[in-house]
Amino acid sequence: MPDFVVNLFDNFWVALGGKLALVALMIPMIGMAIGFAEMKLSAKMQHRMGPYFAGGRWGWAQLIADGVKFFQKEDLIPEEADRPVFKIAPIFVLMGTVALFVVIPFGPGLIFRDLSVGVFYALAISSISTIGILMAGWSSANKYSLMGGLRAAGQLIAYELPLVLAVVGSIILAGTMSMSGIVEAQIDAGYPYVIFQVVGFAVFMIASLAELSRIPFDMPIAESELVMGYLTEYTGFRFLFFFLAEFANMFTLSAIAVTLFLGGYWLPGIPADTLEFAGPVILLGKVFILVFAMIWFRWTFPRFREDQLQTLAWKWLIPIALANIMITATLKVFL
Amino acid sequence: MVMDQDVARHLSDASVSVELETADMTLNIGPQHPSTHGVLRLVARVDGERAYDLKPVIGYMHRGYEKLSEVRTYPQITTLVNRIDWVSGYANEIPFVVAAEKLMELEVPERAQYIRLILTEMARISSHLVFMASYPLELGAATPLFFALRERERVLDLIESVTGGRFHPNFNRIGGVKPAYGSGSSTRKMVQDLPAGFFSETRKAMDEVLNAVDELESLVAGNEIILIRTKGIGVLPPEVAASYGVSGPNLRASGVGFDLRRVERYLPYEDFDFEIPVGENGDCWDRWWVRLREIRQSASIVQQAIDGIPAGPLQAKVPKVIKVPAGETYVRAENPKGEMGYYLVSDGASGPYRLKIRSASFSNISILPWILEGVLVPDIIAIMGSLDFVLGDVDR
Repeated sequence: MPDFVVNLFDNFWVALGGKLALVALMIPMIGMAIGFAEMKLSAKMQHRMGPYFAGGRWGWAQLIADGVKFFQKEDLIPEEADRPVFKIAPIFVLMGTVALFVVIPFGPGLIFRDLSVGVFYALAISSISTIGILMAGWSSANKYSLMGGLRAAGQLIAYELPLVLAVVGSIILAGTMSMSGIVEAQIDAGYPYVIFQVVGFAVFMIASLAELSRIPFDMPIAESELVMGYLTEYTGFRFLFFFLAEFANMFTLSAIAVTLFLGGYWLPGIPADTLEFAGPVILLGKVFILVFAMIWFRWTFPRFREDQLQTLAWKWLIPIALANIMITATLKVFL
Repeated sequence: MVMDQDVARHLSDASVSVELETADMTLNIGPQHPSTHGVLRLVARVDGERAYDLKPVIGYMHRGYEKLSEVRTYPQITTLVNRIDWVSGYANEIPFVVAAEKLMELEVPERAQYIRLILTEMARISSHLVFMASYPLELGAATPLFFALRERERVLDLIESVTGGRFHPNFNRIGGVKPAYGSGSSTRKMVQDLPAGFFSETRKAMDEVLNAVDELESLVAGNEIILIRTKGIGVLPPEVAASYGVSGPNLRASGVGFDLRRVERYLPYEDFDFEIPVGENGDCWDRWWVRLREIRQSASIVQQAIDGIPAGPLQAKVPKVIKVPAGETYVRAENPKGEMGYYLVSDGASGPYRLKIRSASFSNISILPWILEGVLVPDIIAIMGSLDFVLGDVDR
């Protein structure tokens, strides 16, 4: 790379602008890739063809066509709605997702910002989108939306705790909260932490499904009960924001799970000096395996009831996660 | 005065902080709602997620068939009645034509009766498959829908190949099934019987349906979440079910083995060997489970019927203009949704004097205020779905 380009990126604002542009590009790309995967995979599971015509081959342009359609729609705001809150809610939801990209290590040194409290930051910031959902539900002036928003809030309280507790095991093993630090610790140890943290990984995945409010935990949307929950009154590009945020969030939460439990951008047997280039590919591969599992669950399971979800969180996941922490800590001290 | 208002406000604040009083919300479910099977409207008082004082509001689908049939001739009415419960259109025609035949004292040829029976059981299979498709969807699982609807399509294709219609066959005639000799402007006399290859196709389709039912059973019954969503939810004790006039699979799920196919003689069911599946607890799960087993029984009845179908004419001798002798009768039949009956009053004219339609879904949803009292909002959907009603059948 020529010197002046390197120097240019040393400037804080230029670097910030570049990173922002990168994330702004990545989110729609990832959203579309996952959205398309969901369409095609669900079609496969249900003996359908899925998107077929848009773009000529396999309907690859379906998501682009959908996006363009959403932008053409009227931006409808209900008369009774709390206008500013209603307008800003989708931005909140998407913002939480964007901010998560900051701490995902795509390769050695390939991270937007390697915070020393990366894990903590990621878990804290991921609950912002739930506030956005609550705002959307409240401001829509629709009883179904309100119930959806309140269900989302209840779900957040119930599932934030197992989500946090589940990652503690990995943090204890690595001795750091920095995301790239945890990956490096796994490289040093020579094994991904999932080997000793199966329980933590399972709890994390279940809790992140609830965090994403996807089936089997999609009570805030619950199409057959609450019509579309907090999404009922949204149209056009604001609806698209929620849509994108859901898919991008699937990506980021899977990426966090991969980083904490599955060795991040590293695969055993890959020489360390090639990770610079192979890292992002490995990470994407692992993420898409988890995303596939999420899509698979979505099209196989029905949804829980709200009280059953709370039972699952408080009576099962939290005690299991706590026991996992105790066992991990004990083993760490004595072994 | 100002002081008083301030004091009052503070006092009200204080009482709020002592005990959080939350106002109840009136939730209007429907008539446009994804899970009300059409245009049923429910008005509920909800406290958080719990619903009380639930009132079903019906009538959005009222088409006035009872009144309409008073100004139609008997052959015209079959086009009306198969639109009552459109999910099993064929089965609706049977009790009506049987009622007319009873008053006319017609002897329907045995082959026609067997064809009626085969198509009725196929209608039952297709109706229950719609339930198998929609019920998991209401619980949030989208995939069983496609498994069930694919098989239903096979059955509908067969019904179409015989009758020419998928939903509204209009195949029954007073005295038999569609006339054996072509009428109208054509002078050529055409014998219309079952289409070529119907028996082998049906045998194959029934095997496919049985396979699909096994597949659905493993897909749905093997799912832990479905079980916890349906077991013990919406329990309907037999005595309550009977007092509300609930019939069909909903009644049998409560443990009452009452089936009009055994009680009445509207079609030759006594020639066949089949079981009446009965549930134990009368909850949502039993209602699902009874219907699943009924599909198996119906498929077996169809297979027995095509093995034993006798030869012969399709139509009894009837006058050109059908006039039913004065009198009245009530004929009821076991429809997929429950008991369907027609009270036919004739004054000897070419149309009925009065036709009272007793439809299964209307009585079945009368249980809603009782069964939905104090349940959670998600369970409203689960219970309503398990009762398997069709709004056309409710409002007529």
